[in-house]
Amino acid sequence: MDTFIQIVYFVTAILFILGLKKMSSPVTATGGIVWAGIAMIAASLVAFLEPGVFANNTNVILIIVAIAVGSGIAYITAKRVQMTDMPQMIAIYNGMGGGAAAAIAGVELVKMAGGHHALDTTVQVLAVLGALIGAVSFSGSAIAFAKLQGLMNKTIRLPFHMVINLALFVATLAAGAMIGFNDEVSITLVLGFFIMALVFGVLFTTPIGGADMPVVISLFNAFTGLAVAFEGFVLGNAAMIIAGTVVGSAGTLLTQLMAKAMNRPISNILFASFGSDGSDAADEDIEGSMKEIQGTDAAIMMAYAEKVIIVPGYGMAVAQAQHKVAELTQVLEKRGVTVKFAIHPVAGRMPGHMNVLLAEAGIDYDKILDLDEINPEFPTADVALVIGANDVVNPVARTNPDSPIYGMPILDADMAKNCIVIKRGRGAGFSGIENHLFYADNTRMLYGDGQKAVGELVSGVKEL
Amino acid sequence: MIEGFTALYIFMLSAFTGYEVISRVPVILHTPMMSGSNFIHGIVLVGAIVVMGSAEGALEQTIGFIAVALAAGNAVGGYVATVRMLEMFTVKDKKGEA
Repeated sequence: MDTFIQIVYFVTAILFILGLKKMSSPVTATGGIVWAGIAMIAASLVAFLEPGVFANNTNVILIIVAIAVGSGIAYITAKRVQMTDMPQMIAIYNGMGGGAAAAIAGVELVKMAGGHHALDTTVQVLAVLGALIGAVSFSGSAIAFAKLQGLMNKTIRLPFHMVINLALFVATLAAGAMIGFNDEVSITLVLGFFIMALVFGVLFTTPIGGADMPVVISLFNAFTGLAVAFEGFVLGNAAMIIAGTVVGSAGTLLTQLMAKAMNRPISNILFASFGSDGSDAADEDIEGSMKEIQGTDAAIMMAYAEKVIIVPGYGMAVAQAQHKVAELTQVLEKRGVTVKFAIHPVAGRMPGHMNVLLAEAGIDYDKILDLDEINPEFPTADVALVIGANDVVNPVARTNPDSPIYGMPILDADMAKNCIVIKRGRGAGFSGIENHLFYADNTRMLYGDGQKAVGELVSGVKEL
Repeated sequence: MIEGFTALYIFMLSAFTGYEVISRVPVILHTPMMSGSNFIHGIVLVGAIVVMGSAEGALEQTIGFIAVALAAGNAVGGYVATVRMLEMFTVKDKKGEA
């Protein structure tokens, strides 16, 4: 029986890696996730055959109830959630995985405390490490979810936040070491350790601005992978070790790619409070004023343009405007206008987020260009239409070395002959930095909800 | 069963595998990819089942129950979210009708 179990785990690991590989191309991606899904079901069923699982019928019933509860809730929420809210849902599912890894460590440590388990320093230390990483990923992801869901808009910073964080981290590590390297496991200490780890996850995440959340979610994704791998060592489960480690390293790379796209080292995102000093300095030297435009006038500008570049941002996602944008593209193209889309690597809340939304609305891939491809085209565009994007088109990233976003590659929407910005209100962007583009001479502001404003443009163009 | 250096080798090779596999992913697939890898670490469900199966006493059973429920949520939520996102890339042909 043991050989059979191991064979299934072995095949599971192969299918996971092949599945991930398939997911790296749009053509085979769906097949990839299905393969991984089949492997997951097989591995979960085989887990019931592990020695000891069927020794206690109550436990088996509890397992089935727990699976029903957990997967039921996740299935319903994942099915119902809007495409635009996907990033925070990924955060929450990821947090659940981290919490599960931490809970596994919890059970193992309780077993050790109760003397049900032989003690082994390596196992203890790995269990504790996995617990720490998993718990931080759990509570941190919950905060990331709250921020993206709009439940927590402010970045909360305690006095001496960094000092408190550091002290708490050291204390958590110390408690972990006392559990890991001791011959006895104390339940009280384990409890204190978990509480500290959870609080640390919260305090670690609260000062980070919402605009940086994708990087943080990706990091927590890697964390959870690592936590799962560590608990895999504790349980002697190769499938968990391999899958967890693969995700751990893949997630780390993805995190680096995202941070690179924002031209900021990861340490800067995680440990420097964004916008605390730079935004004040940036306020001073704005020239010009914001000039408003009506939807019908903007529609005329676009209808008689030869080339229009649309720059979508998080505002488009929030307003669910992607279908209206697709309609606008159609009516403009019918008039012979060339329409292209410029996607910043971190537009929206995640890399590729905008691509998913535009694909959902049925816009062809070949019209959707990334930063390097589209930037040379802005000077030849008659109109750049910015929909709910802000920091990714802010020219201070090029001009003002004092700005916190200085050096970040941006879309050169300001180089287009005219720029129309659809924006809900007059406030600054997510990072709190004033956008000089909005004050430029060739920029016109179209205030309103993204969907409504684009709707006005569509009907405006149609009437001509 | 998996001892010392063997475990370390598995760890090392898996880490390189993960790095290589994702390094060729185009930017448009980054979000689905993150969601997909999020699903993969749902394998924690296997560990949760094993641990819960051998739980003794109310405390272990309670924590074990939480572990299984959370792990199942990770796996199922991650799967459904990924499939929904990837569907966006496959229904391209339908759009002409609307």
